[in-house]
Amino acid sequence: MRGALCSIAITLIASTTLAFDIEQQQLFQGQGDETLSILSTTDIGIFRPVIAAFQEVRPDISVDYVVASTQEVYRAIYEEGAQFDLAVSSAMDLQMKLANDGLAQGHSSAQTDALPDWARWQDQLFAFAQEPVVTVVSQAAFEGRQTPATRSDLIRHLRDDPETFRGRIGTYDPRKSGAGYLFATQDARQSDTYWRLSEVMGGLEPKLYEASSAMLNAVESGELAIAYNVLGSYALARLDQKGAATIIELEDFTNILLRTALIPANAENPSGGAAFLDFLLSATGQRVLEENSGLPRINAGALAAQSYLRPIRLDTGLLVFVDPLKKQQFLREWSAAVVQ
Amino acid sequence: MKRVVNQSISIRRRLLLQLLFVAILLSGLLYLSVRTVADSAVERTQDSILGAATIAIAEELRGGEEGVAVDIPYTAFSMLGSIGQDRVFYRITIGDETVTGYDELALPTEPLNGLTPLFYDDAYRGLLVRAAAVERSVLVNGKALPVRVIVAQTRTSQQTIVASLAERAALLGIGFFVIAVGLSLLTARLVVKPVSSLVEAVGRRGPQDLRPVQRPVPRELVPLVTALNGFMSRLSVALSRTETFIAEAAHHIRTPLATLRAQAEIALRQTENEEARQTIRSMIRSVDTSARSAGQMLEHAAVVFRSDQRSDEQIDLSLLVEDITESYEPSAEMKGVRLVCLPHAHDITVDADRILLEAALRNLIDNAIKYTPKDGLVEVSVISAEGFARLEVKDSGRGLFGAQAAQLTGRFQRGANVEDVVGSGLGLTIVKEVARSLNGRFEIVEREEGGTCAALYVPLRSR
Repeated sequence: MRGALCSIAITLIASTTLAFDIEQQQLFQGQGDETLSILSTTDIGIFRPVIAAFQEVRPDISVDYVVASTQEVYRAIYEEGAQFDLAVSSAMDLQMKLANDGLAQGHSSAQTDALPDWARWQDQLFAFAQEPVVTVVSQAAFEGRQTPATRSDLIRHLRDDPETFRGRIGTYDPRKSGAGYLFATQDARQSDTYWRLSEVMGGLEPKLYEASSAMLNAVESGELAIAYNVLGSYALARLDQKGAATIIELEDFTNILLRTALIPANAENPSGGAAFLDFLLSATGQRVLEENSGLPRINAGALAAQSYLRPIRLDTGLLVFVDPLKKQQFLREWSAAVVQ
Repeated sequence: MKRVVNQSISIRRRLLLQLLFVAILLSGLLYLSVRTVADSAVERTQDSILGAATIAIAEELRGGEEGVAVDIPYTAFSMLGSIGQDRVFYRITIGDETVTGYDELALPTEPLNGLTPLFYDDAYRGLLVRAAAVERSVLVNGKALPVRVIVAQTRTSQQTIVASLAERAALLGIGFFVIAVGLSLLTARLVVKPVSSLVEAVGRRGPQDLRPVQRPVPRELVPLVTALNGFMSRLSVALSRTETFIAEAAHHIRTPLATLRAQAEIALRQTENEEARQTIRSMIRSVDTSARSAGQMLEHAAVVFRSDQRSDEQIDLSLLVEDITESYEPSAEMKGVRLVCLPHAHDITVDADRILLEAALRNLIDNAIKYTPKDGLVEVSVISAEGFARLEVKDSGRGLFGAQAAQLTGRFQRGANVEDVVGSGLGLTIVKEVARSLNGRFEIVEREEGGTCAALYVPLRSR
């Protein structure tokens, strides 16, 4: 029945009407005429169960789900004026910039009011999932060694045995990846150890990636010994069964990334966007996200239990690293340390 | 009968209205001042954070070979989120050129004074913002360039805080007002209390009580009470002078009348001339009338005097009634009237002035005998009814001829059917005075079977 209703059409080519780069697009057909368009950085595969659950509650709404990179999502809304009813992104700083600069519209409901303060900015930007930014190490590479618990441990390993790790360290390229830039800047903000680590990694010919999945593949294949700053949800989903790699939450500090959603100011169907957002934040939506999509629910208790978990706060501080001069300067510093 | 007094708005209400007016005024002032203080406190707090953020950015400006290095510290914007979630806009300029930030953000119109922030309100993208601006010169290639840092923030959270403070201020004002209303009510009552207690004390007095007010009164009421006391003492003196005058007059009339009557009796006995005897007899009748009138005037004066200064004692009414009835038996017999004291209970006692009670009863029985024809019947009885002792004298006389009790009990008022009977018109007046003085009442009605029924009610002795 539902299968018949949801005619699936995956298009991997960019739509001609949109000037930004689209990675994936799929229309989840509903029964009615109402269509809700979502621009997201999260893969369709991960979001499919959530959309299905949403359409069980609201079978009248068709969902047009478009996937793009964090930079492209930001650019589409900020520069292109693309019309979407919900913008979902893991790049908190760019989402914050959109909201601060008036490109989001207000929405208030019982679900949004229930969010903790750190997971919400005004009535415009809402976090629906939290996940740690983790380090993944290959078990083979760390055979007979103690797995590092902190960044200082990691630095010690790299210094003690540079030849084992040379060319086998992977991390995000913040010049190309929005998420990578966010992780790097937040690391730098948290501790100066980050710069020491970057310098050490830079001396060991690190490999730079644009996405977590590629890094995880490389760890699995044994190409990488260490993948630094990987999205926790991806790591869990990929590595749980195999046991070839270990996921580490570094105990000096582990940033918690919030996946956020906002309703763009120019949305054609803002009530549809609001309905989907409320569903994401509802008990059902949160359960489906955690159990079927592998995106951990917003949970203040879990953060309080581990003092080293630091949620990246949704506040105007995030705007600092979006500043072009600041970004330019940070990337120059970073390049000097890592690319060498 | 209540006399109509020209009444103006009550002191208590006037006081209350004035106090309430003051309370409203003070509550309003309280609200306004709390709001003003809260507003400016919130604004200052926000301004100082905004200023600190601006200075933090300015302090990170560095000169160099490539130009001015701008390194916005994370805390600069992060601290702006400490009070609430407001939008942040910024602009950094070197000379007239915008280096980074929002280049439509308005520049300050006034000259800047180094790192001391200049605050101003502005509109940006249709939003009201508060802006802080500082200026700093940075050395680039040996040349000092003026760099301006402007940070602006929307004031939504400030408005939220101010609104909640205003709500609290309003609650405070209302609470203050409610307390003030309670206190005003209490104050008004306390202020008026001496007046009301004086009013109550004066009102509680009997109509004959003309003693001066002795109770302590507030200074403001002293002139009024002094005037009242003076008035009452003058009235009292005038009254007693009148009563004394009447009593003395009666006495002075009665004595010569008695002499005159004795002389006339002698003359009657000595005269054989029938015409002269007739004249003397009518003279004696006139003298009797005059003497009786004088006697009753004296008694009335005595009753009025005693009702001012009653000396109450416990009186067994049955004994009193029996005694007095017995004392009238001779005169009844002389007139051929049967005087009967009906059987009654023996425990009817009252607290009353004996002289007053006797005077009333005597007048009632005397009247009854007087207006009852030969072979008639006068019945005296006493019963207790509803907290009162009812002294009743019934006769089989000529009745009231339609007259009402109020008419008959007026001074020197007599019925329309009594020309042939000697009387002063003071008898029932005395009874009525006694009834009033003893807090009782007097009723006189015509009996259906002929004759009159007069009843005096006296409160029973409370047990």
